[in-house]
Amino acid sequence: MTSSILTLSKISKRFGAVVIADGIDLALAQGEALGIIGPNGAGKTTLFGIMTGTVPPDAGQVFFDGADITRTTPERRCRMGIARSFQIPQPFGGMTVFENLVVAAAFGGGKRERDVYARCAALLEQCGLADRANRQAGSLTLLDRKRLELARALATSPRVLLLDEVAGGLIEHETAALVALVKEVRASGVSIIWIEHVVHALIAAVDRLVVLHGGALIAEGAPAEVIRRPQVAEIYMGMEDLGIEADA
Amino acid sequence: MAALVPAIHALLVTTTWMPGIKPGMTTERTGCDVEWLNTILQGVLLGGLYAMFAAGLSLIFGVMRLVNIAHGDLIVLAAYVALVTVETLGINPLTSLVIVVPVMAALGYILQRVLLNRTLGDDLLPPLLVTFGLSVIIQNALLQFFTADSRKLNAGDIEIASIQIGGGLAVGVLPLLQFALAVAVIAGLQWLFYRTALGRAFRATSDDQPVAQLMGLNNAHVFALAMALSLAVVALAGVLLAVRANFDPSIGPARLIFGFEAVIIGGLGSLWGTLAGGVIIGVAQAIGAKLDPGWNLLAGHIAFLIVLALRPQGLFPKVQG
Repeated sequence: MTSSILTLSKISKRFGAVVIADGIDLALAQGEALGIIGPNGAGKTTLFGIMTGTVPPDAGQVFFDGADITRTTPERRCRMGIARSFQIPQPFGGMTVFENLVVAAAFGGGKRERDVYARCAALLEQCGLADRANRQAGSLTLLDRKRLELARALATSPRVLLLDEVAGGLIEHETAALVALVKEVRASGVSIIWIEHVVHALIAAVDRLVVLHGGALIAEGAPAEVIRRPQVAEIYMGMEDLGIEADA
Repeated sequence: MAALVPAIHALLVTTTWMPGIKPGMTTERTGCDVEWLNTILQGVLLGGLYAMFAAGLSLIFGVMRLVNIAHGDLIVLAAYVALVTVETLGINPLTSLVIVVPVMAALGYILQRVLLNRTLGDDLLPPLLVTFGLSVIIQNALLQFFTADSRKLNAGDIEIASIQIGGGLAVGVLPLLQFALAVAVIAGLQWLFYRTALGRAFRATSDDQPVAQLMGLNNAHVFALAMALSLAVVALAGVLLAVRANFDPSIGPARLIFGFEAVIIGGLGSLWGTLAGGVIIGVAQAIGAKLDPGWNLLAGHIAFLIVLALRPQGLFPKVQG
């Protein structure tokens, strides 16, 4: 347990009759990049809610860096180093792109504003938003919103970054650029959990893949190997073949 | 300050329509014209006070979508806090601001943390009901402790000091100071909202509370700071009100209405708009009172209704919906 930075221990959560998680155990190792796949409604995004503190689990515990954070507020978890992006980007629409990052960096990172300007500018450059720094975030295109979503999560100086479907809707070279960016972030020492339906992007970026289905983790292992297991192909890929599209 | 006077004078002379007066005719005004000019000038200066009522109200609604029905009573409470301070320490009311502003800000912080944060949610009704209750409690508590007697704070010589600005027109130092403070408060809030970390925290929280939380912002604390700031402005407004006119425990709700009207005329979320709204109400009231003493308040409300009918979104709207 000492080597893992974020751990879910026997986490259960249900919404009415829908079982989202039924005693899930999951450990993210320090410096690891972990992918999560699973069919629609499997509860992948809810797991992120449980990790960031916006969704209270019915049972079980969440540990960060060895400390029990099950009852820690979202803002404190952010300052401890857990950040997430949203599948549907949620920028502060009335603020500029740069201000979005400054707020996240200053409050999420516990720093003074003037000490984060340089870092925010660098992040904009890294995420391809440098020329839109002073645009109102609400006026961005979907692709730019997705970039901002990622840049803002990174601005909080996370130790664990939770990515929710960031590749959805991107064209091929954009996806490749995203995979490169995720690898870059990871190389800087950030541990990553990535939920994604664009499986080839995921496989290119993560060390380990888990499959969530029916409230349980039904498969786990090396990405290329997991994806070929018959039970995974049946539950997950089968649905994709039927044309049922990404969502969690 | 002295430099402001000719500027305001010039502005009034050149921009307001008045029968018989054209720009440049300043030397040949009749006594009647001077009276009208004076009326409008007094209205503008009074509008500064209303803008201050409105700024605190607008700030709270902007940050947390809370309509504070007790806002007017908090203004009156601030006046009584000033009264106690002045009587206890024997200081000038304007000096008492050094004490009243922090006291009211602290009260705002505690009020928000202990009571009002619990009422906030998807439903607008609970905060309305709770602040309405608060309004009743404040009025009755003041009545209990201070009786229904009319009170006034005496600021000394400054109250009757005035500056001659030529053409038989004079402007009181105190109303001018009050207007200058209102402009300063609004400029200060504007700067704070768009140029400081706290302002960005206010705007982020206002935009999306759950996401702001995930960016490390403690909403309960941010809201409490917003209320503290609002009540700091309220304290300033309360003391200026108490120096300017008589007050008693029952006058709060009317101040709330003036503040509301100024906010709506100006347009939700626009700070400079509240100044414009305050000035419009102030001028309308002054003109109404000049025509007939009984038309004072009515004229203000009519001006509000006209704006509401012609431009429901206000003059400078910023917030949609």
